[in-house]
Amino acid sequence: MNIPKEYLNEFPEKIIDDLKESGKGLTDSKFKKVLEKTLEEYKKARITPGECVGLVGAESIGEPGTQMTLNTFHFAGVSEMNVTMGLPRIIEILDGRKTISTPMMEVYLKGKLSGEKVKAHALMLKETLLGVVVDEFNIDIADLKIDVLLKEDKLTERSLTSATVANVIKKAIKKATVTKEDNTVTVKLTGKDASLNELYRTKEKLKDVFVSGIKGIKEVLPVKRKEEFIIITAGSNLNEVMALDFVDTTRTTSNDLYEVHAVLGVEAARQLIIDEVMKVMENQGLNVDVRHIMLVADTMCVNGNIKGITRYGVVSEKSSALARASFETPVKHILAAALTGERDELTSVVENVMLNQPVPLGTGLPGLVTEVKK
Amino acid sequence: MSDVFLNGKYLGKVDDPKAFVASIKDERRKNKLAGSANVLYNDEQNEVYVFSAGGRLRKPLILVKDGKSLMTEQHEKQLEKKEISWTDLVKQGVIEYLDASEEESAYVAFTEEEVTADHTHLEISPLVMFGLCTSLFPFANFTQGTRVSIGSKNQKQALGFYAANYQLRIDMDISLLHTPQVPIVKSVMHDVAEYEKHPSGQNVIVAIMGYDGYNMDDALVINKASVDRGLARSTYYRPVVSEELRYSGGLTDEISIPDKEVKGYKSEKDYAFLEEDGIISVESNVKEGDVIIGKTSPPRFLSGLDEYNLASSTRRESSSSLKHGEKGIVDFVLVSESSNGNRLIQVRLREQRIPEVGDKFTSRHGQKGVIGLIVNPGDMPFTASGLTPDLIFSPHGIPTRMTVSHLLELLGGKIGALAGRFVDGTTFESEKEADLRKELASLGFRDNGTETMYNGITGKKYKARIFVGNMYYLKLRHMVSNKLHARARGPIQLLTRQPTEGRAKEGGLRLGEMEKDTFVAHGASLLLKERFDSDKTIVPVCEECGLIAVYDNYKDKTFCPTCGGDVNISNIELSYAFKLLLDEFKTLGVYPKLNLSNKY
Repeated sequence: MNIPKEYLNEFPEKIIDDLKESGKGLTDSKFKKVLEKTLEEYKKARITPGECVGLVGAESIGEPGTQMTLNTFHFAGVSEMNVTMGLPRIIEILDGRKTISTPMMEVYLKGKLSGEKVKAHALMLKETLLGVVVDEFNIDIADLKIDVLLKEDKLTERSLTSATVANVIKKAIKKATVTKEDNTVTVKLTGKDASLNELYRTKEKLKDVFVSGIKGIKEVLPVKRKEEFIIITAGSNLNEVMALDFVDTTRTTSNDLYEVHAVLGVEAARQLIIDEVMKVMENQGLNVDVRHIMLVADTMCVNGNIKGITRYGVVSEKSSALARASFETPVKHILAAALTGERDELTSVVENVMLNQPVPLGTGLPGLVTEVKK
Repeated sequence: MSDVFLNGKYLGKVDDPKAFVASIKDERRKNKLAGSANVLYNDEQNEVYVFSAGGRLRKPLILVKDGKSLMTEQHEKQLEKKEISWTDLVKQGVIEYLDASEEESAYVAFTEEEVTADHTHLEISPLVMFGLCTSLFPFANFTQGTRVSIGSKNQKQALGFYAANYQLRIDMDISLLHTPQVPIVKSVMHDVAEYEKHPSGQNVIVAIMGYDGYNMDDALVINKASVDRGLARSTYYRPVVSEELRYSGGLTDEISIPDKEVKGYKSEKDYAFLEEDGIISVESNVKEGDVIIGKTSPPRFLSGLDEYNLASSTRRESSSSLKHGEKGIVDFVLVSESSNGNRLIQVRLREQRIPEVGDKFTSRHGQKGVIGLIVNPGDMPFTASGLTPDLIFSPHGIPTRMTVSHLLELLGGKIGALAGRFVDGTTFESEKEADLRKELASLGFRDNGTETMYNGITGKKYKARIFVGNMYYLKLRHMVSNKLHARARGPIQLLTRQPTEGRAKEGGLRLGEMEKDTFVAHGASLLLKERFDSDKTIVPVCEECGLIAVYDNYKDKTFCPTCGGDVNISNIELSYAFKLLLDEFKTLGVYPKLNLSNKY
């Protein structure tokens, strides 16, 4: 169905698509009626000028937030994994924290795979440090060497061989000769400063040698979601996981805002903010309209970077010095404003409340212009 | 070998720790060692701890030997005859005190029936697990723990007979219940604590039913006839204190009726109640503003023009007078000396408090509420026998809170009142519900405590039978007359010109940050402005430099202190607090320039 030009500019794309779909098989005159009615409804649904969207949004998120504080279930356990939920998570997202308390990924896989296969893939993701696959470190004081006894079952589980492990060790430890015999890798110090102390330090270093998997993925958990298996991970490394060929890159996500921003861009980060906040809200059984959260997410992402709702983030970019001063560290803002000779145009709410002027919203927005007789 | 620690300090080693600990306990029970010592052998750490220092909380327990309690029937008989006392039992080694550490090694039986050979001690009574207030909670084992906590906390706020020497005391914010009674439903603790000597409540007849919505949300409906007969009447005492302070230079305060020359002299009327010595006469009926103790203080500092003033010796008025909303009758005047040796005048005011709508009451079950309505006796519901309840309690308070003890007390109280006896409601050891029901039936009442009742207004019979009985009710210290507050206009703060804060200062009720947000959210911009008008001012502003100008009332002219007189000056309206902010900017060295433009 074709939509007349005069209507095309009235609607957003989504509604135009919907109209095209639902208008199939209608006569022109009937379709016209549909368009008229739609336009009427659409205009009614739009926010009126002077509506205080930000504050209403803040109240709509803030009010359920007060109920959330009373709820003790801030941490929801996904079997062995603890996930930060509830108020702490919301604060974390909205503050735009660089490091989050529980980074997590949901890795979707290409095609339908059996549980066994998924498990194997999962173990490939998991970060394996040498300490995990080692049975015992034997320090030989006399020869200044360490015998590393590997655990066979742990190796096969991760499809590793003692040879690859030996190679990894060789790369990681300088100034030492690495030899392999069955399941024992022997590290012998060679350098001039080879001492017992050095040997002990080497042993500690060996424990943390990265063997296989993906860095940062602390734990993996294959979970059946609907018809397929996905892998939930503790720890996040979106970039490297997406590079794997068995991973469905279109659906795989992380809950780390900055990582998603770096790998997938702002739009993805914005969507993540919305999804994550909504997830918490729904989890707590709270009903918050997405559009409030969308507004927050938009504010956080407008200039292409993520800014938290803090005095360093969004608040620092308010145009009014008075408004900034009224939110934490006033003296700092006032002095900075004085140094640059800032001019406050009193265009927002807080400043006008301070001066006891009508706020430029709602009934305070429109002005009647009358010519005053002199 | 294991280490021994005395009060946390290493002392030495013993070969056989178990025998060592056993011998200490044994010696202690034989009074060869101080009774205050406690021992514990920690086998995991292989260490013996001995404690004898003060400050440990200890609990008395009956000793058990070979599966038998050392407390025999003979002991009980002797106790009843008062041949022996508690200390004798401790001396005989029947009862011993354990601290938190030694309790770790004790196996305590809760009741005598469950004692086995493994037990080392027996609880004296299950009641000892509670504190004093909780022990006074009848039938507590029938009610949720949280409610029991609330109930025992509430009892601490009850009015009663708080001290026998109350007439000689000057206490702050204290009330005395006029006719306190001993509860019909008692616990053992009421006797132990000699509750009859300082009771704090009254037995009232309670009906559990609604009354036209006046007892919604935990409100109570009470009978005016009961109030008129003195139910829950109390006296509120408040002190007024004034001290004759001494200042440097030999100057002192003087308690007397201030001269008319004194700075800040009120009016003759305000001093009317004062006797010659400047102290109010006993039994005078005073209200807000009346001076209780007349006092003048020396001038704060002699400086400036005062030196040339002929009347430079003007003293300041510093009398104590009743604040906003206070009233009372002068009960008692005490002239004494303060710890600094200054003359100290203490006046105690008394005020009779008759229960009114808004006063807070509670039963002993965490079922508190405020009076919602005082009903004329004629309009109260009545039973078939013509009995009207003193108090109507809403049934909606019961299901969610599950205070079964509240209902049991009602039943027990009814039996007590009818049979003329006290009912034992001791937690875990109370009289059984079945027995109580049987007794009530034998007294000629329905065993479940319900009765047929009639509506006092229409005279119609209620379809449901109403649960009526006697309960012990407590009047709590929170009375509306101490809290009621409203303001239209009133005093403002000197600095900000905003309304003062708090009831005592006749303060405003703040429209806070979040309340402000709701106005903004509604777009009610002009209403918001009006609400924040409390400190609005008109200020002349120099259009040249943007600073606040000066209005010279004498010359009727405005001028700018920085630019002089020949500039455009406009009057603008803003909040005084903002003007103050601008002044504070100036002290920071920041130049706050106001750029004026026409709004229209």
